[in-house]
Amino acid sequence: MSLMSRISLIFRSKANKALDRAEDPRETLDYSYQRQLDLLSKVRRGVADVATSRKRVELQVTQLEGSAAKLQAQAEKSLQMNREDLAREALTRKSALASQISDLKAQHAQLQGEEEKLTLAQQRLQAKVESFRTRKETIKATYTAAEAQTRINEAMSGIGEEMGDVGMAIQRAEDKTAQMQARAGAIDELIASGALDDASSINSGDDITRELESMSSQADVEAELARLKGVSAPQAPEAIEAAPDAGEILADEPEKQESVSDTSKDGQP
Amino acid sequence: MIIRILGEGQYDVADHALERLNELDAALEAAVEAGDEAAFATALSGLLEGVRTVGVAHPADSLDESDLILPYADATIDQVRQLLSDDGLIPG
Repeated sequence: MSLMSRISLIFRSKANKALDRAEDPRETLDYSYQRQLDLLSKVRRGVADVATSRKRVELQVTQLEGSAAKLQAQAEKSLQMNREDLAREALTRKSALASQISDLKAQHAQLQGEEEKLTLAQQRLQAKVESFRTRKETIKATYTAAEAQTRINEAMSGIGEEMGDVGMAIQRAEDKTAQMQARAGAIDELIASGALDDASSINSGDDITRELESMSSQADVEAELARLKGVSAPQAPEAIEAAPDAGEILADEPEKQESVSDTSKDGQP
Repeated sequence: MIIRILGEGQYDVADHALERLNELDAALEAAVEAGDEAAFATALSGLLEGVRTVGVAHPADSLDESDLILPYADATIDQVRQLLSDDGLIPG
């Protein structure tokens, strides 16, 4: 027997088993309708769960992209200071993040597909449940035992098949979501620990990392100082002149640089 | 004839298209029996594509039973075997 017909036979026998449960056929209809409504709300919850997972992955992608941008900026600063070694270090870390990001994006696409499938399943089930409800009321209104049994069988088997299908779809979506949540949880922990979010804290004992950090904060200080000088200068033309010479001015005023350095660090997240 | 693709819904398929689909179905069944995952994936996607091409979506609000049922697109051989076992994947 063909595979297609074997699968449909299995579905049919399941639907028939469900049909045998109540003695009064009208009770069977109500019982089945209740189960349909339960299944519908389960699908809705399923759609919401998948959407939650998808948003979580989206948030993680945003966070990791922020970290990657930070590393890129650090690499650029390092190069400006002629420290190719530090730039290389920053770019190496950025490329490790890039593979995480592309993994997450693939997961995101998968979750989105799952969400669309479940949403469509929900719409199909909804249409069938509504049509079942109408048919159920008609059958109950015109009830004569012999006639009703046939019509109940017809209505039940069609909806039973849909319910079996939707039930499986929910199960699959739940399995996939559970796998992804486990991975997402691991990445959340990494982000919370600061290892991904702040590159300077991935091996805090690493000399290169500390140097990269201190050099970028020095550069920040110089830029900040130049800006402050520009702002506090009473006349605009002086401010424009002051900015490019910031380095020299700093060299002449080491004490001032340190004090600004402290406030600047405090101000950083 | 109504054919359901699990996870996708029902399609109305004209009888004259069935011959070609039956060939693909036979290939699918052989792949399941041989445990040939690659042949299975090819046969399944060919079969599903065939149904989608020749079939017309059956109205969503109908309560008609399908004549034939096909596995979902990303099913594995193991999952199809479970589908075929009585207490397998289908929720009772």
